Amino acid sequence: MKLTCDEASAICDKSQYNEASLWEKIKLKAHLFLCKKCELYAKQNKIMSTCLKKLEEVESHKTQHLNQEEINCMAQELKTKIEL
Amino acid sequence: MAVTDKQFLNPEKWVSLHADYLFNYTIGRLNDRDLAKDLVQDTFFSALKAKENFKGESSERTWLIAILKRKIVDYYRKINSTKGKAEVRMNFYADGEREGEWLEERVPTDWSGEIEKKIENEELANVLEKCIGNLPEKYAIVFRMKTVHQIETEDICKELDITTSNLWVIIHRARTQLRKCMEDNWFKN
Repeated sequence: MKLTCDEASAICDKSQYNEASLWEKIKLKAHLFLCKKCELYAKQNKIMSTCLKKLEEVESHKTQHLNQEEINCMAQELKTKIEL
Repeated sequence: MAVTDKQFLNPEKWVSLHADYLFNYTIGRLNDRDLAKDLVQDTFFSALKAKENFKGESSERTWLIAILKRKIVDYYRKINSTKGKAEVRMNFYADGEREGEWLEERVPTDWSGEIEKKIENEELANVLEKCIGNLPEKYAIVFRMKTVHQIETEDICKELDITTSNLWVIIHRARTQLRKCMEDNWFKN
């Protein structure tokens, strides 16, 4: 039943993605009640999740492309192989 | 009729039709431009060699993606098996009486000050990117797929050939490391 800080924070990480089981969440709650360090970790973990959401938004608008030179270069190399 | 639906390969056009798509797919996972280019080029070479195996049941692009996915999992296996040097810093005592407790220098400390403002700050994404970039590559890849690209746990495990418990250990290490990095470089400076 009793968790170490390592285990508790691991469940806390998992629950950031809503993938911790009910039993895990109960054990985590019990640990957080007694452990100030992990309580702070849990609080900051939520803030981290908010930050990461922002990053996700930024990245979802970003597509990365090959430039023309890179495309030409690739095409040339493939052409040599085709002709072999 | 079915016969006319059969797909054919056209290697001369692969680069112009698919290179950019495959590149974007790869860089979303590996976040390294040169590596992504190499893997795409490599995919075309392997596809050319395996041309005879194409049965025409799927589209050319689907077939190329399947080959690319194998390149990515091969790459991941390779970096996953190189032990030691790129190991993430420890956050907890690994053994002894205090096993599983926070290491002294890793204990979360208060982020006083204007947290709201720091979250709204446009620079935030850049600092986060840097902190993710500081993770060992094998952790950064899984973490980005899960957190930045929101890919399902099951799909990540399939794509990288790792177990679910493996994935959560990686996410745990990445997040504790990231918290510390953001504490030092953003919330407390």
